[in-house]
Amino acid sequence: MPAETPRLSLDGITRRFGAVIANDSVSFAIAPGEIHALLGENGAGKSTLVKIIYGLLKPDAGTMRWDGKLVAPSDPRAARKLGIGMVFQHFSLFDAFTVAENIALGLDDAPDRRELSERIASVSTGYGLPLDPDRLVGSLSMGERQRVEIVRCLLQNPELLVMDEPTSVLTPQEAETLFATLRRLAGEGCSILYISHKLEEIRALCSRATVLRAGQVVGTCDPAAETAKSLAEMMIGSEFDAPRRQLVTTSEDIRLTVKGLNRPAGGAFGVALADIGFSVNAGEIFGIAGVAGNGQDELVEALAGEWRAPVADSIVVDGHPVGRLNAEARRGRGLFTLPEERNGHAAVPSMTLAFNTLLTARRRAGLLWNGIVRRGNVRRFAQEIVRAFDVRTFGVDVPATSLSGGNLQKFIVGREVLQNPSVFVVAQPTWGVDAGAAAAIHAALAGLARGGAAIVVVSQDLDELMSLTDRIAVISNGRLSRSLETARATVEEIGLLMGGAGGGARNAA
Amino acid sequence: MELAVPIIVAIISAATPLLLAASGELVVERAGVLNLGIEGMMLMGAMAGFAVTLLTGSHIAGLAAAAAAGMAMALVFAFLTLTLSANQVASGLALTIFGIGLSALIGSAYVGQPVAALPKLDVAGLSDLPVIGPLLFRHDFLIYFSIAMVPVLWWYLNRTRAGLRLRAVGESAEAAHALGHPVIAIRYGACLFGGLMAGLGGAFLSLSYTPMWAESMTAGRGWIALALVVFAAWRPWRLLVGAYLFGGVGIFQLHAQGAWGLPSELFSMLPYVATILVLTVISAGAARSRTFGAPAALGRPFRPSG
Repeated sequence: MPAETPRLSLDGITRRFGAVIANDSVSFAIAPGEIHALLGENGAGKSTLVKIIYGLLKPDAGTMRWDGKLVAPSDPRAARKLGIGMVFQHFSLFDAFTVAENIALGLDDAPDRRELSERIASVSTGYGLPLDPDRLVGSLSMGERQRVEIVRCLLQNPELLVMDEPTSVLTPQEAETLFATLRRLAGEGCSILYISHKLEEIRALCSRATVLRAGQVVGTCDPAAETAKSLAEMMIGSEFDAPRRQLVTTSEDIRLTVKGLNRPAGGAFGVALADIGFSVNAGEIFGIAGVAGNGQDELVEALAGEWRAPVADSIVVDGHPVGRLNAEARRGRGLFTLPEERNGHAAVPSMTLAFNTLLTARRRAGLLWNGIVRRGNVRRFAQEIVRAFDVRTFGVDVPATSLSGGNLQKFIVGREVLQNPSVFVVAQPTWGVDAGAAAAIHAALAGLARGGAAIVVVSQDLDELMSLTDRIAVISNGRLSRSLETARATVEEIGLLMGGAGGGARNAA
Repeated sequence: MELAVPIIVAIISAATPLLLAASGELVVERAGVLNLGIEGMMLMGAMAGFAVTLLTGSHIAGLAAAAAAGMAMALVFAFLTLTLSANQVASGLALTIFGIGLSALIGSAYVGQPVAALPKLDVAGLSDLPVIGPLLFRHDFLIYFSIAMVPVLWWYLNRTRAGLRLRAVGESAEAAHALGHPVIAIRYGACLFGGLMAGLGGAFLSLSYTPMWAESMTAGRGWIALALVVFAAWRPWRLLVGAYLFGGVGIFQLHAQGAWGLPSELFSMLPYVATILVLTVISAGAARSRTFGAPAALGRPFRPSG
């Protein structure tokens, strides 16, 4: 038993969504000044638990104690009054507002404008997180946006800071700065609940870890005393081998060449692409790393044909210039692109799985006859995908939205892979996907490359790129760096490229 | 000079109903709600204001009734779109059609009846001054009110915490909700204010501009007010400029009718053609940059989770 009263203790917290139990009798405690990790896969119930602590959701059963006293925050305001600060994974920021306005919105008793600006400046520099109160948030980098969230919490002198996947949007260097700030806060007595599935950073930062699996606590441990492998096994519940791609010698046949691709910035918060150039050989997996919002979306759109290049020769597939072609014509040339957003971009959530195949496969998979949908072929093709990619679904006539993120991602990756593309561009292939599905998707991409396709993976997950790709380049502020051989590249090297010339900050629009 | 003064006074009168209705819609849209039912709310306000003034003889009661009628219409819209998450565009169009029909039905008893116009300001000495008197000191209450609302709205939106919260709700309802702001309640409040202002805008038509009631007497002014909000880039001061500009076009067409031997219908079209032109030019510019200031969550319904 710890000698002092825990800052926060949870006892038997249970929350159901319909038939699904998101949190099943979760209990654990956080001591004052402790950095406590909450570890679990996507869908293990971490976010639900955090929302309960912050008063956004109510538990069906269980109690919460704050400094030993029973509490039940009914809304975020009540949670903030207790001394709970929250940094969301998806920032609750307003692009069109200034830093000061954003911070004022999160304070319950905001001082007047001038005083607030002074306090922002003093607190942010004091903790090594400098911020200009008058900048528009839309013009900030992801790291700077996170600072806004953190400073907003710090201004309320929190006694518990909840951080939901804070490093997913940071460069390795920015993450180091964040860790230094968190350690300092903990030293001052602030408890920190640190949510992540990145095992190495939890081992480096946290003094205790509570592991969640399928909504239940499966153990509490000292992460520094565990290995990344043992933590992963607790998290996943089975023996776990990190997928290692067998390095294959790629052939010299260039399948995709991008040369001198320029694109003006669309909108005030868009990024311009400047002279993008790279080529990918048959059998090669080419990774594009970078912090979100540095031109990835713009580049993927340009490769997909959603935005057409002014010069046909800027994108060449197997010797054919495709820069002026639309997405369907590019698929005819063998160039397939899978965008980052599953729901509403790569798939229509309300349409059945079967009909979702029509989005990209109507020609190559023979789903049309003189413009009329061949329903039999559509269903057969969908069933083939479900079988080949082990998609867990009640048949192919259910709407796409009824599938979990990982299963839908397997389905749409399968939809493109089964059409045997010669060049396959895929953005964030395992974003928000559980480890099993991620391994299946990685295996599919590796298999496709072995078959002679050229593959481009755009991802913010450096671990994914390090294990999957042959070469890596970094996109920063709309510019693509030189490419590195993955086997010889280090995380530090890539991290420096991610920061770019502008020190990680995008220029104000 | 003798000719200019009545023309300017006429422009002020023509601009006022636009300014009133558009001020309300500006707040509604800043909260992220698109209410296309302004025309319907204005008509109900015009009819209620006229009828109650006629029955009670009190302008104050009439204006109160106009505001209440506009707010009642807005409440229907808010209930449909905010509580039941119905489509905002369809609900707004339905509100307009409903308002046209209902105001004509209830108002049929009052067609052709006379009513006293809203009293004008009369300040001893000042109102009788040449030029300055009629321009500045001989208007009715609603005209002063409509102009005074512009700096008030600016101050509210840009300088108060409540205004900041309202803009936050219009920018990202999800983020505002995550921070613990009552999104639906704020949007209800904005909708009701929009109804109040549209109701008063309608009452100005039936009690001051042309003191009488006729079916569909707003003649599309609700739609012009809607365009004005876009023209103003959701900013109160530009709304003032836009309202007087559009009011000016309306007066110009009246005076130009019969000139140059052109059919009068051609000139009657002018305010609407100007509306279409403005909307086209602005949205063409908007496609190039997002800087023109539309609230990011405009027209997007919000359902709180959990």
